[in-house]
Amino acid sequence: MASVILETKGLTKLYGGLAANTDVDFELPRGRITALIGPNGAGKSTFVGMVTGRIPATRGQVIFEGRDISALPAHARIALGMAYTFQITSIFPGLDVAENVALAARRTTDAAHLDAKVRDTLARVGLNGRGNALAGDLSYGHQRLLEIAMGLAQDPRLFILDEPTQGLAESEVAGFIDLVRGLAGEATILLIEHNMDVVMQLADHIVVLDQGQVLASGAPEAIRADRAVQSAYLGTADA
Amino acid sequence: MTDRLRTDLLHLGVIAALVVLFLTLPTYYAGNLSRIMVLAIYAIGYNLLFGYTGLLSLGHAMFFAAGMYGYGLTAQLAGVPALPAFALGILAGAALGLVVGALALRTAGVAFMIVTLMFAQAAYLTILHFGTYTRGDEGFVVPSEARIVFGIDLSGETERFAAALILFALVLLATGRLVRSRLGRTLVAIRENEERTRMLGYDATRLKLIAITLSGALSGLAGAAYALLFGYVGASFAAVPYSIFPLLWVLLGGAGTTIGPLIGVFFMFYLIDTASGITLAYLLIVGVALVLLTLFAPQGIAGLIKRRLPWLP
Repeated sequence: MASVILETKGLTKLYGGLAANTDVDFELPRGRITALIGPNGAGKSTFVGMVTGRIPATRGQVIFEGRDISALPAHARIALGMAYTFQITSIFPGLDVAENVALAARRTTDAAHLDAKVRDTLARVGLNGRGNALAGDLSYGHQRLLEIAMGLAQDPRLFILDEPTQGLAESEVAGFIDLVRGLAGEATILLIEHNMDVVMQLADHIVVLDQGQVLASGAPEAIRADRAVQSAYLGTADA
Repeated sequence: MTDRLRTDLLHLGVIAALVVLFLTLPTYYAGNLSRIMVLAIYAIGYNLLFGYTGLLSLGHAMFFAAGMYGYGLTAQLAGVPALPAFALGILAGAALGLVVGALALRTAGVAFMIVTLMFAQAAYLTILHFGTYTRGDEGFVVPSEARIVFGIDLSGETERFAAALILFALVLLATGRLVRSRLGRTLVAIRENEERTRMLGYDATRLKLIAITLSGALSGLAGAAYALLFGYVGASFAAVPYSIFPLLWVLLGGAGTTIGPLIGVFFMFYLIDTASGITLAYLLIVGVALVLLTLFAPQGIAGLIKRRLPWLP
């Protein structure tokens, strides 16, 4: 199995004259937790939007497991084994919690195993017993967990989490960190995160995006020590 | 009891109730039942697209008319026997659904409403344009030999009721299964949050096209059945009111419920019937009743019931 699960070459997004991403060359090592960080407006969400196909790229290539998927629509990319959780919670508020997860699982799970799969997935994120509640009635934190459950239920090989801890209470963040740690090994995780505590606790590898370009990438310690990163993002340096 | 068993029992109960009504009601009311059931099939077809998939079409009369003319014209002009002509009617509805869907689904929301409305107007004008064959507004009477199925003449009151009931029962039971199937649940997901459905790996565009094709087929079936059972084909069934009726029936009865369409047709039918018995200004009464219902039961009548019985399909 190749050690790189996802690769982008020259990925660029222009909004009119404004470049959100410029020639992003990026490699995502398989089986690890990679964090994508960068200041607001650095182009993180645009970048993963182009990876998943939600946002059409102006130019460049996306290669997933050795296959060029640049021309595929979003749903076909997801069906290849990616899962994406939205930065702004996107669930089915009018359906019950179990059906939300079942919709995510049904594409890859046969009917006989569906109920068990839904139950297990809900238990994993700590929503056991809430299956019959209307998803829209859940608290914000629980809706975030449901969103993650919907990602897990797809058994993705690449799991992209777009600011998953945004708006969570501290206790919920701790639970989230445990959950993602538990996933390591099963899936490759690309984590877009603002909370540096979470990043430092979870990430094996960090990529820093600034003004639509890769500024640095490497192990957490190296990134923490990198002066360019400090000035661009961490705000603790001598810039 | 599982939800699936409950659903089947409910639907069988509704069908049994229709039989009991037919046997016990005076002839006039019993005769209305056949019409109500055929129109309810139309409403079920509309509901599949509007209530379950969340696509509001303002042009469904074209699918109803496609079925009606698909059956009626082949019987009238080519002398095709009842059953194959009927099948052609359903096929015409499905094919039109597929073609219109492929074009109209490039739009969404209000634009989708306008595009379907325009297609339906084009269909209506096409029928008028080929007046030599379609007899336009005046319409034509279906030849009596094309109303005989398996040696049974469907113009008799009892035979007509039996045929309408069989068709309605099949459609109702099939819809009950469909909405609980993987396809049905994914259509609901599209209604609830299309972007999320797409990002769960479902091809939403393809699924919406399937929904509009199925909806066209059911509407076409209803149109063909209407011509088969009542023996008349006319352009008024392709006009704007017949695109608005199914929307009203489904809204009143309960969008996104299997029994809502039947309830809606029943309610509208007898609301108009009763009101017109009281005053010439019956549309005023109908209008007020509709406004009240929309204000106090926006989910429709079956929607009210569903609040008590959440398992309702």
